Amino acid sequence: MDRIVFVAVLTLGLLASLNGGLSMTQTAARKGHNPKLGALLGAVTGLVFTLLAALAVITLLPGQAILSVIGGFAAGMGALALLRRALPDRVTEQEALPSGAALQRNIAARRLQGTVLRALFFLSIALAIVMLAILMWTIVTKTIGLTAVQYTVQPEDLVVNGEPVNRPLDELSEAELQAVLADNARVARLRVFVLQNVIEAPEADWPTLSGQPVSRVLKNNEYPAELADAAFNTLDEAQTAGLLALNLDRDSLQELVFDEIIQPQVVDSWPLWTSLTQRDEINAVVAEEYPEAEIVWRSWVSWDFLSSPLDPRKADDTGLRPALIGTLLVIAITIAFAFPVGVGAAIYLEEYAGKNRLNQIIQTNISNLAGVPSIIYGILGLAIFVRSLETFTSGQAFGASTANGRTVLSAGFTLALLILPLIIINAQEAIRAVPNSLRQASYGLGATQWQTIWHHVLPYAMPGILTGTILAISRAIGETAPLILVGGATYLTQDPKGPFSIFTALPLIIYRWTTLPQDEFRNAAAAAIVVLLALLLTLNSIAIILRNRFSRRLS
Amino acid sequence: MTEGYTNGRFAIETRTLHLYYGDFLAIRNVNMRFERNQITALIGPSGCGKSTLLRSLNRMNELVPGTRIDGEVLFHGQNLYDPAVDPVEVRRRIGMVFQRPNPFPKSIFDNVAYGPRILGQRNKAVLEEIVERSLRQAALWDEVKDDLKKSGLALSGGQQQRLCIARALAVEPEIILMDEPCSALDPIATLRIEDLMRELKSDYTIVIVTHNMQQAARVSDFTAFMLLDEHRAGELIEYDRTEKIFNRPQDQRTEDYITGRFG
Repeated sequence: MDRIVFVAVLTLGLLASLNGGLSMTQTAARKGHNPKLGALLGAVTGLVFTLLAALAVITLLPGQAILSVIGGFAAGMGALALLRRALPDRVTEQEALPSGAALQRNIAARRLQGTVLRALFFLSIALAIVMLAILMWTIVTKTIGLTAVQYTVQPEDLVVNGEPVNRPLDELSEAELQAVLADNARVARLRVFVLQNVIEAPEADWPTLSGQPVSRVLKNNEYPAELADAAFNTLDEAQTAGLLALNLDRDSLQELVFDEIIQPQVVDSWPLWTSLTQRDEINAVVAEEYPEAEIVWRSWVSWDFLSSPLDPRKADDTGLRPALIGTLLVIAITIAFAFPVGVGAAIYLEEYAGKNRLNQIIQTNISNLAGVPSIIYGILGLAIFVRSLETFTSGQAFGASTANGRTVLSAGFTLALLILPLIIINAQEAIRAVPNSLRQASYGLGATQWQTIWHHVLPYAMPGILTGTILAISRAIGETAPLILVGGATYLTQDPKGPFSIFTALPLIIYRWTTLPQDEFRNAAAAAIVVLLALLLTLNSIAIILRNRFSRRLS
Repeated sequence: MTEGYTNGRFAIETRTLHLYYGDFLAIRNVNMRFERNQITALIGPSGCGKSTLLRSLNRMNELVPGTRIDGEVLFHGQNLYDPAVDPVEVRRRIGMVFQRPNPFPKSIFDNVAYGPRILGQRNKAVLEEIVERSLRQAALWDEVKDDLKKSGLALSGGQQQRLCIARALAVEPEIILMDEPCSALDPIATLRIEDLMRELKSDYTIVIVTHNMQQAARVSDFTAFMLLDEHRAGELIEYDRTEKIFNRPQDQRTEDYITGRFG
């Protein structure tokens, strides 16, 4: 028998066994037998007959896998039906309602059914918890672990004036660090450091800036007076390193030396469990493959990870600041749009709208919209916000200069449309749960409809509305497909700055990183998932605190 | 009848009042005049339209969709169902106390101050004065004066109902409609509410719906007996001074009901 066929037969056999166990308890009790034995007999019969019949079919008709599965199940169920009928009836006098020993058997049978089902339900929740734990473990295990780090230049190989330094970086003075830079980097790289770290010019301007005099290039910074008129790209290593030392403090210089000269690189990494249990193997692998590498513990979630820009090439250098800011901006717009509109729609539908055909159609459609796949909303967002309303979503109408509509605003509105039905439905439920006596008390005092809604219905419904909003935001924050469709980037050199910026978001980055070939990006993706979960929990706890505050005020 | 208004004898009056829920006639042709500063009780078996009639006196029945009124309810000579009349004003001048105590989930103070506040009263001192006066009138002041910030829901059932009465009094209505105000209360709390109603009578006109005939006999000056007709529409059978209804009813059906032969 094929393995897959066997699994199918076994599953159906267990189903028949469950059915047999549950039904035979009652039958056995009614016919005067021990209900527990009846259950056992039913369970065994269901399983054994299913398996045997399936085996018989597949032996007689080789290749008829489906027939064997169906036939096995039918035989199992049929055997149970026969068993229920054939079980000898030991009760001589059948009463309409059981009493005495019959009643005790009857109760025992019903209790047994409940116990079996309770065990099954417990298994379901246990299964869910185990799955969740495995999920969390696979994520966490990738965010902390040992890494093999290799330096481009070993710290002890750094030279000043041809002499090795031989001291830890922390102990070097500012002048020594300047000398290290001058002696260990080519002049072109030092120029890049000046343009990048001192004047922070965009990369596109570098070629033009390079040919200009120092006084122009560093017009907002310090430079030695004698170099004022020299063209920037004619300075030598010592002079350029001098400019760096003049404008950066000692710690920045040390960071520059560490990141750019020593250049640590993660060449291999191991998950948490392997790191803890197989240290010797890891040592051996590193000694063989990367003899110069050091083995160090690394947490992929770190302040640097949160605060650094994206790096599309090196997983150990990349941060996710643009994605984090992008997600926060997009969600802020989503909430700002979807919450008031959704609650407003719910108020209208529950408090104002009459019970006519039109409103019933609207109601049905809202319920259906809640189940529409998110990618459809992506297409909608692309058509409406990115294309049709481009003048507004790109910010041209407001004087912003984004080239097209693929902006934070479009993404926020698209996600808002996506969660709008969820918010409306949940808010409606919450408003419907407001006791009518509260409304009547308010009307009875001469309050208008709006006063009644604002003072009584909304505060009372608010905890429920917020619960629905929490669920909706949790949904929105993890959505990837609509963001891809409305043009979310997977790599950005700059942070999104406002509603009219091009954007990226955490799920997009996670999706991107899991598809890159370098192994270390899997660690970065796991770390990004942890950040996403943390963000989700933070937003949810804010909403829960708000909800509890409302609930407390009511009681 | 006109003289009734000139000397202020009647607080409110219904004329050929019919009330429909959709196509269903719930009340048929009720003509009643409610005497000022008196307690009028509406009695009758369940579903005979007592509460519906009560609610039609301050247009609370309109909150049920599909309700339609035929006839007039006259208040100060003005038909309350005239299109020019605003139901919000009607309810401010004709207050209501419900079957189950329904305080707002707010503090005792905010419960009573709610009515004045929605009418635009913001002055703290004035509100405090109104709250104290209303709670005193409702005989609740002594029990709650030290803890006005406590939630109205933390009070006992009887206290909650007196809070609801205080809340209704705070907007100074002329008439108070009470829809079985004691049916959710124990006998002691019921007695307190009944005492309260007798005290309030000097300042207000009270109309009360009750299932409890002893209560109607104890507390009311006038009693109206209602019954379903053959089409299940509520009808006014007999309306007179309470002692007359309970001692010398004119209608056989009234007698059957109050002697407990049915109902």
